[in-house]
Amino acid sequence: MTDTTTISPAATERGPVPLPLSLARLLVVVGAVGTIASAFLSWTWTSDFPGDLTVYGYPAGLQILALVGGVLTLLFGLTLWDVKWLRWLNPADATSPVFLTALSAFAVCWFTGIAIAVDLGGLVNLDPGAYVAMAASALPVAGALALPHPAPGTGIRGYLTKPQLPAPTKVSALTERVIITVGVALALLAFTYGIGIDNDASETFIGYLLLLVFAAWGLMHTGLVDRFATTAAHHKGFASALAFVAAVVFPFTQNDDHNANVGVNILIFATVALGLNIVVGLTGLLDLGYVAFLGVGAYAAALVSGSEYSRFSGVHFPFWAAALTGMAASLVFGVLIGAPTLRLRGDYLAIVTLGFGEIFRITVNNLDGTSGPNITRGPNGITQIPDLNIFGFNLGDSHDVLGHSLGRFANYLFLMLIVTAIVVLVFTRAADSRIGRSWIAIREDETAATAMGINGFRVKLIAFALGASLAGLAGTVMAHVNYSVNPQPYQFAGAAPPNSAFLLAAVVLGGMGTVSGPLLGASVLYLVPEKLQFLQNYELFAFGVALILLMRFRPEGIIANRRRQLEFHETGQLDVPAQETLSDDAAVTKAGA
Amino acid sequence: MTTPVLEARDVTMRFGGLTAVRSVDFTVNSGEIVGLIGPNGAGKTTFFNCLTGLYVPTEGTVSYQGKVLPPKPHMVTQAGIARTFQNIRLFANMTVLENVLVGRHTRTKEGLWSALLRGPGFRKAEKESEAKAMELLEFIGLAAKRDHLARNLPYGEQRKLEIARALASEPGLLLLDEPTAGMNPQETRATEELVFAIRDKGIAVLVIEHDMRFIFNLCDRVAVLVQGEKLVEGTSDVVQADDRVVAAYLGEPFEGAPGTAEAAEVEAAEAAADAESADAESAADTGSTEADSTTKGEAQ
Repeated sequence: MTDTTTISPAATERGPVPLPLSLARLLVVVGAVGTIASAFLSWTWTSDFPGDLTVYGYPAGLQILALVGGVLTLLFGLTLWDVKWLRWLNPADATSPVFLTALSAFAVCWFTGIAIAVDLGGLVNLDPGAYVAMAASALPVAGALALPHPAPGTGIRGYLTKPQLPAPTKVSALTERVIITVGVALALLAFTYGIGIDNDASETFIGYLLLLVFAAWGLMHTGLVDRFATTAAHHKGFASALAFVAAVVFPFTQNDDHNANVGVNILIFATVALGLNIVVGLTGLLDLGYVAFLGVGAYAAALVSGSEYSRFSGVHFPFWAAALTGMAASLVFGVLIGAPTLRLRGDYLAIVTLGFGEIFRITVNNLDGTSGPNITRGPNGITQIPDLNIFGFNLGDSHDVLGHSLGRFANYLFLMLIVTAIVVLVFTRAADSRIGRSWIAIREDETAATAMGINGFRVKLIAFALGASLAGLAGTVMAHVNYSVNPQPYQFAGAAPPNSAFLLAAVVLGGMGTVSGPLLGASVLYLVPEKLQFLQNYELFAFGVALILLMRFRPEGIIANRRRQLEFHETGQLDVPAQETLSDDAAVTKAGA
Repeated sequence: MTTPVLEARDVTMRFGGLTAVRSVDFTVNSGEIVGLIGPNGAGKTTFFNCLTGLYVPTEGTVSYQGKVLPPKPHMVTQAGIARTFQNIRLFANMTVLENVLVGRHTRTKEGLWSALLRGPGFRKAEKESEAKAMELLEFIGLAAKRDHLARNLPYGEQRKLEIARALASEPGLLLLDEPTAGMNPQETRATEELVFAIRDKGIAVLVIEHDMRFIFNLCDRVAVLVQGEKLVEGTSDVVQADDRVVAAYLGEPFEGAPGTAEAAEVEAAEAAADAESADAESAADTGSTEADSTTKGEAQ
């Protein structure tokens, strides 16, 4: 931080808006303050618009988001004045974070204005506050465009490409832990806010997504996200323990059990995605029928749950036995599917797994007593699965803990958290071992891997079986959470998770080969269809568009694995010492000679 | 001293109607560096792939230390034959150290359970593997770059790393497929030193190479493969002196080729032509000097 030189304004190219530098800085700050102030005004006259934006002096819904955007813009705007205690926010002295945060507030305000006009039928429905917000939020964008250009000669693209960052300064271990704690708390806050948005208030959720995307983008440009990632990697145990604590705290922040239900489903989805990550992310096997393993686990658990609709209704296993049964059933199924298919490579494997995934669903549909033996009750499924009872603790009842009443779904959330923790542990330990290295070697170059003495088939089968049994484990909990199992969700592609396409998308979107990637990807992919219900039939279309955009702009996923990042961005020498560039030049000349 | 490490008996490899390797007998003795040369498309790499189990030979057997090798690459490596590839096949997105650790796969046996439970046995094995891998990296001189991704290494170092990775499986025989392809003379010499050092460790080496100087400096014995058949085998002097080898590389004189008489005729004709052109030149020279003098005179 100390050795960065301030950019001399005379020498560098200026942005497209022709304004003096001092005026540009002033515009940013004044606009930010204006945006903040506008959040306290009324934006529309009626409470018909979701979130009730009519009250003076009390921001709500989208106004809170505008307020956050305004505060962020103000903070980054102030870094332009060399405010000492804000230097850490923008160590590179870059223009693009200012531009992007300004854009976040601008996007929220203008989206709200347009949404009010469209929803309620005309601009007449806008109160002065909305006009103030729209005008004020536009000022910082204009101001940021008058600041020195971040990468001269690149036009508008320069504002969107990440600037060169100075090497971060060393801080004490205690400070690093504080940073992690603050980061996790902020993440919990953002997540809780997002999950708490009313399902009917799609407008608010879109505003939330806009703010989140632009703000995260801006933070990435300051290097703060990278620094947080390296800090968290430094204190791995502390960071993961804290993330676990944050997840445990989550149900206590909710008054309504509905959000805990959403949380449980996200966790189930995320856990299965993490299991798939072993197969896809580490071993590089494209499995398009993975959801079948979740189904096997769920059906196995349902059959031994003691439900009166189960074929074996007399059998009632305790949870640990049911979990083992589900895992074992998925394991056997995984080996049965894997043994013949894993001899194939690439596209062939993908097609065969897709086929097997569908075979599972169709078979379960037909084991109804008419088309085949009655085991699964066909499309009716197995219903009335009783709640779990662990050590005399009935997960179906609500319990009072620390003066807070925790409902049924909160109980299952805690159970699922333990399952997720186990899966995370299995994933990280397996990845960092002899077997994990052989998985990655197979992914990188199967021929070379076998020439190094790796039995490709055996190692791939282990990955397949491990992934399957982890999905089966999640399935056993899912059967109990949903009271019933039926074949419908276990298809290749559908409008709502879990299905194989969404699981794969969660892994790819989040970041292959990482732990936090699939967790984040699963949360996004579960919450977005849940909150944007107006999309309905266009959900898959929107999903497709989102995936295309992601693959264009961030092919390594939201959370990038170090390996993947280098794979997709050849120039990004992130993890190597300074001498690397030198030897790279040498390599070019040698190869050319 | 000269116990055979590798013995290929009557190895034939056919791809449909094409016979790439035709009944080749081949032996590598312990402590030996053997070269395998031949023009492009002679079947060297195919023969290599037969040895390492990547291809199953149509006929014949390959045995290592008296035991017939199973036709599976990973079992061949397990038995004690390691190889490198003609076009480098490192695990590009793994670090240098991880690449060598993968090479140790056959010499460790910690499975999934020990990885999940992380008992003392697992830690000990991991530590040992890492120590062995670091030893090898020091041997080839890449210890300082242990945490670099393999893809970021310069070309020559990638070649070296591939050799280190192969050595990590503690082989009795190392197969090098064109180890100096694309290298400059200095790097080639360094590779030569490296191969000698590997031999000094008691590992027999079989090298495919096109660089003749490299091969003849290095090898105790050289075999020449032409159109799938072994043409000659012997010390470098024997191979270098063999007309058939030269013919295989440069082509044989075809039927009805110009004989000595024609050659003499051509020479005579050339000599005559030379003499003529020399005359013409001198004539031109004198002419030009005359012309020069006249122009000079006029000017004066």
